[in-house]
Amino acid sequence: MKTFGHVVGLAGVDLVLDHGEVLGIIGDNGAGKSTLIKCLTGALEPDSGEILLEGDRVWFTSPIDSRRAGIETVYQTLALAPALDVASNMFLGREVRTHGPLGLLLRKLDKRGMRRSARAELDKLGITTLQDITQRLETLSGGQRQAVAVARAATFGTKVIILDEPTASLGVRESQQVLGLIRRLRRQGTPVILISHNMPHMFEVADRIHIQRLGRCAGVVSPATTTMEEAVAIMTGAKQLQDRRG
Amino acid sequence: MGTTTAKRIDIASEEVAGLAPRQTPLDRIQRQLHAHPALGPLIVLVTTCIVFGLLNPRFVAAQNISLMLQQVAVVAALGVAQTLIILTAGIDLSIGYAMILALLVMAQAAANNEVAGLIALLLGLAVGVGSGVVNGTLVTRLRVPPFIATLGTLFVFQSAGLLYAKGQTTQATEMPHLLNWTGDPVTIGPLNLINGVLVALGLYLVVHYILTQTQWGRHVYAVGDDVEAARLAGIRTNRVLFSVYVFAGLIVGVAAWISIGYAGAADPNNAVDANLQSITAVVIGGTSLFGGRGGVIGTLFGALIVVAFTSGLTLANVNNLYQPIAQGVLVIAAVAIDQWIRRVKR
Repeated sequence: MKTFGHVVGLAGVDLVLDHGEVLGIIGDNGAGKSTLIKCLTGALEPDSGEILLEGDRVWFTSPIDSRRAGIETVYQTLALAPALDVASNMFLGREVRTHGPLGLLLRKLDKRGMRRSARAELDKLGITTLQDITQRLETLSGGQRQAVAVARAATFGTKVIILDEPTASLGVRESQQVLGLIRRLRRQGTPVILISHNMPHMFEVADRIHIQRLGRCAGVVSPATTTMEEAVAIMTGAKQLQDRRG
Repeated sequence: MGTTTAKRIDIASEEVAGLAPRQTPLDRIQRQLHAHPALGPLIVLVTTCIVFGLLNPRFVAAQNISLMLQQVAVVAALGVAQTLIILTAGIDLSIGYAMILALLVMAQAAANNEVAGLIALLLGLAVGVGSGVVNGTLVTRLRVPPFIATLGTLFVFQSAGLLYAKGQTTQATEMPHLLNWTGDPVTIGPLNLINGVLVALGLYLVVHYILTQTQWGRHVYAVGDDVEAARLAGIRTNRVLFSVYVFAGLIVGVAAWISIGYAGAADPNNAVDANLQSITAVVIGGTSLFGGRGGVIGTLFGALIVVAFTSGLTLANVNNLYQPIAQGVLVIAAVAIDQWIRRVKR
């Protein structure tokens, strides 16, 4: 439950995410998608309710809290620094110091180590479009940047990875690359929450789709048994589900 | 299904790579300048020295180079502090007057209140740090834009200095030797310098290391580059910003010490030009006013370019009044080139 003054942003939403699944969240503008995600990542504090992470009750008061708990978010704006290189961006805010006296006394960064780890992570995700990780972000294409942001989330997101509109600003090919990355994350067993307006993309990768409407969950459907038209009908209120648990 | 996906990514990437636009030589220059912000200023500095050296060989004599290095020390030291602040997309208009306040406190505490040299020096550094705390608080807590915050403190520090000094000048002979140590001569090869020059160079080495090799340095760039992205990446942006102003304040204190040694006195009119010249040096040095791009090495070149122009024009018998025009043209050209470099093609 989350209210903003008199406006009810969220009113009684249950969200369940299993290991190794991609849960899609769709909903019209103002349906409470962003509010829901912000509550999960600590950007907003819910007024009531609870969040369980692997059975333990957690409560986040800032995005840093949720990151410490292993929940990583790829924001629509990506939150990357354009003038820094790929490796620096992947470790932004979590830089690693060199071992030994240089790191201890002079706080020297382990640039080589971070580059090696960044390379390994990109290879693990099968990202072949980033050959030179010393390239500055601003010299990369939209899809490449998205790949860096996803790789960063995959490096540190041990429990949950949340992707907010990852394909919104991408072309067809680049969108396919990102969807491929999401499948790889699922194969690695990391649960993913995907927020998108793009129905075809959603139906391509999501295992279940949570439909948000007027601050409530209007239903959870399976892409295998539901058509896009039905999902849109539920989203806009043209159709109502008897069993909302899908 | 997985393998087909991987294949599709490979094919897509190859086709995207094939679409890369061809580069003209100008594109390549732009790209190089973009990747190495200190390269442009270095080229300008070398060209300047060659041209003025040809116009008047005395320009490149050891004696003139020594003189230029002594002249540049104070502005160069302030430039280090100014670079840090401009890297965060801020600006410090008060920096020169904070320095004057610090050097007056140093000198008068020692001369009039008979405080020991070391204590007086520490008091002066504390004034520098204090100026940073004030500016940093205004920018991070009260959210006053840096331009306005430091425009306000410029007047405050200026008047505070005049009120504190009561119009008095303190000569170096009235101070403990420590405060004047930065003015002691030191000979390196053919160059006759003062200790203050070496202190300023030391500041460059230390801050260059901090900016390029430490986590704090990287966060300074990230905050200046895109403050929202830095915040979402988990950097405590206000803390970084505040620490930048405080650290810059400490460097201002060191610049005050250098200024006493260079001038051989502490006067409310010491180095009033240094205020805007520090910004000039940073901008000519290739650090972007939009933040996140540049570094102190460029600023060192920038400060040297300014002093080389001043000295070179004098030795070429050009009317002194042309010197500010040259500086003005340099600054505008530097910013125009920065705008061009930032439009680098992807």
